[in-house]
Amino acid sequence: MLLAVLSGLIISLLIIPFGRLLKTKWSILLTLLPALLFLYFISYIPAISAGSSFLQHTNWVSSLGVDFDFRLDGLSLLFALLITGIGTAIFFYARTYLKGHVFFDRFFGYLCLFMSAMLGVVLSDNILLLFVFWELTSISSFFLIGFNNDNADSRKSALTALSITGLGGFFLLAGLVLLGNIAGTYTISELITSREVILGHDLYPLILGFLFLGAFTKSAQFPFHFWLPGAMKAPTPVSAYLHSATMVKAGIYLLARFSPILGGTDYWNYTLMIVGGFTMLFASIHSLFRIDLKGILAYSTISALGILTFLIGAGTREAIIAASVFILVHALYKATLFLITGIIDHETGTRDITVLSGLRRVLLPVSIAGFLAAISSAGLPLTYGFIGKDLIYEATLKTEYQPLGWILTGIAVLTNIGLVAAGFMAGIKPFFGVLPEKFGNVHLPYKSMWMPPLVLAILGLVFGLFPGPVGQFVNHATADAVLGSPSDMHLKIWHGFNIVLILSLATLIAGVIVYFINKPSALKLHAIEKLNSIAPQRVFTGYANDIMRFSKWYTNLFHNGYLRSYHMKIILFAEGLLAYKLWISGPITLNFEAVTVPSFYEIGVILILIGALYIVVTTPSRLTSVVSMSVIGYCICLIFVFYSAPDLAMTQFTIDTLSTVLFVLVLYKLPSFINMTSKTVLYRDGIISLSFGVIISLIALRVWSEPISKDIANFYGENAYILAKGKNVVNVILVDFRGIDTMFETVVLSIAALGVYSLIRLRLKSTEKE
Amino acid sequence: MELLLIVLLGLLYAAGVYMILRRSMVKLLLGIMLLGSGTNILIFLLGGITKGKPPVIDENAKLFQDAFADPIPQALILTAIVISFGLTAFAIVLLKRVYALVNSDDLDDLNTPEEEDI
Repeated sequence: MLLAVLSGLIISLLIIPFGRLLKTKWSILLTLLPALLFLYFISYIPAISAGSSFLQHTNWVSSLGVDFDFRLDGLSLLFALLITGIGTAIFFYARTYLKGHVFFDRFFGYLCLFMSAMLGVVLSDNILLLFVFWELTSISSFFLIGFNNDNADSRKSALTALSITGLGGFFLLAGLVLLGNIAGTYTISELITSREVILGHDLYPLILGFLFLGAFTKSAQFPFHFWLPGAMKAPTPVSAYLHSATMVKAGIYLLARFSPILGGTDYWNYTLMIVGGFTMLFASIHSLFRIDLKGILAYSTISALGILTFLIGAGTREAIIAASVFILVHALYKATLFLITGIIDHETGTRDITVLSGLRRVLLPVSIAGFLAAISSAGLPLTYGFIGKDLIYEATLKTEYQPLGWILTGIAVLTNIGLVAAGFMAGIKPFFGVLPEKFGNVHLPYKSMWMPPLVLAILGLVFGLFPGPVGQFVNHATADAVLGSPSDMHLKIWHGFNIVLILSLATLIAGVIVYFINKPSALKLHAIEKLNSIAPQRVFTGYANDIMRFSKWYTNLFHNGYLRSYHMKIILFAEGLLAYKLWISGPITLNFEAVTVPSFYEIGVILILIGALYIVVTTPSRLTSVVSMSVIGYCICLIFVFYSAPDLAMTQFTIDTLSTVLFVLVLYKLPSFINMTSKTVLYRDGIISLSFGVIISLIALRVWSEPISKDIANFYGENAYILAKGKNVVNVILVDFRGIDTMFETVVLSIAALGVYSLIRLRLKSTEKE
Repeated sequence: MELLLIVLLGLLYAAGVYMILRRSMVKLLLGIMLLGSGTNILIFLLGGITKGKPPVIDENAKLFQDAFADPIPQALILTAIVISFGLTAFAIVLLKRVYALVNSDDLDDLNTPEEEDI
């Protein structure tokens, strides 16, 4: 299982060196990957149907509790089969769809990565591992959605998708970590056993909220739905893959996976039913106004996701089984519809349903696929969609929240009416009617393009005619995983004449009527787009823009590119901190007895120093300032002489002389200072610097008035001669006691010397002035 | 004398800060040197200043017979002086290079390099 999950990652890495090969006919090898994985997972069906599950454990980061724990049970298998099965069709299709594309290899790299990530999500038994793969789907789908990266819209929608799903992922992580901390384990199969602890915990609503945010953003539930229509900028195979079977279903998977752990409470049921119910109705109505084929499909997908969320929220056995059947139904017909949209787009160059008609004359196999998918989505009897729809009505009618049952059924009926019409618009409308002249020379694409949708559509029909074998597996899949006990329900084509059948037929008839009445047009699209100003998307982009403005303002304030302004902020901050510290540490008490009386020559030296300091600060002449600087240095040197530091005096004298010489030699050519700043700025800087000086002085005063320990000094004094055989204690410290420090100091100086030397020798350009 | 030195080091710090708030690169460097000198005085003062008693042991003795100035701040300052010279020397040469390249002493001119210099 580990290899199955990671194979896509490995292949996508291999594409980096071997990508060139892919652009030839060898690309067929790549389609073997999902096909083989599909066969691999199919081999598990008998065992899983019999009720067993498989575990695999490989150590990864055990110290953090993150291991490669994979678990294959019914729910995982259903999703794994969808991912690899639909994946096979997509891989075949995309091979032709993108033939000759410059980034053909790159595309398949992303696609393999994405498939791996999805398999990882549905197979992980460790919630942190699940999160890693969850994020990986967001990242790889970002690349897939933005695949046409020369298109600004495409880039923007990829970014929107990433930021919305990424935001959700952030909350999901928080929720998962909280969950793991409360339960003391990160393994899903162990979390189920601590269900009581989790439900009773104070943080349960918070965990639930975080988890929901993760699932809703991924599965495009209102109000996070808007990234999905935007993601239609992706190449069609990507839309087909992401939105029929994988990416958006990850949120549904998450909800289904966690319902035995967190589900069954009022919080869980009501939130999911309200959000799902609203989303499904909202999106279903919305889809009727679209004129872009992909737009219709995008909104009907959101609506279908709403239905799934709603069903999981209802949480009864009927609802869960309805959900799992509907997942399969929807994946089959939605992938088909997307793929035929891709063919239509590819061959005619438009996706506008107001223009497209009569294509059955030229694209016959495609139109058969479209027709089958449309009737499956409409839930015509004998199709798999019919069974799915039946189960949904049965679920809403039999909900535990009885007085609500009829309202919920009503919402479901309305949603389905919209979906019937939307399915007809996407799957039937382009093929019937009169063929416009300009499409007269449209021809059928390669077999590898129209075969995948046809196969998927026929599968939908076959599953509908023989629901028994599939139903057996799908029932077990959900019953075992989501409910924890096997179910005895059997899928049937014919339930007898009852209320569900009447509802189904009514839905169908109403849907067809809506299809014929509702003529989508650009005008209607315009009308509904006026509502955009109150749409959640507006709110989100508004927030995003505000954050951008804030960060821009903040950056300009603190990182404006002027060194002196950085200095000023650092100094001001330091002043604030130091002043605060001085303030809270109380008054300074001075011991005047410790103060020595300065002699007149000391006062003289200090006066000279202050005078030189004044000149350095104010002089416009560079030379004067350098000379004054050396005067300051010599005065400090004299202070060292007065106060028993002959070594310091010598060093200071040498260094000061050297610096001055260097300064004058190197910089004499520079122009004199010009006064470029205004009086106010000068006063401001003066106040800042003087207050800094005052603060430092006060700190010095405070520290000086504290007694100091002489222990270390005495140690050096006593041992300088006895241990190190030297009489100048300062020198002994430098070359003996702290010899290694001094050695590194010389290293530093040597590096500085090398730097100076190379800077002097460096010749950058001939134009450079010497 | 201690109080005078405290005032003095405050002035050195103030002048240093004032200089690094200027636009000129040379002034920036002078400011850093002033801050360095101020710090040296600060350490020197806080180690306790003593007059006329250098930390050197007498010619014929093995131990100090008398009180002596604390050698530790002196060792620290000596290191500081030498290292700051390394910094100063490097900075001076660097300034010269920058001046040769941009033909300006103004720090603000470094923000927007002209096209041909990139």
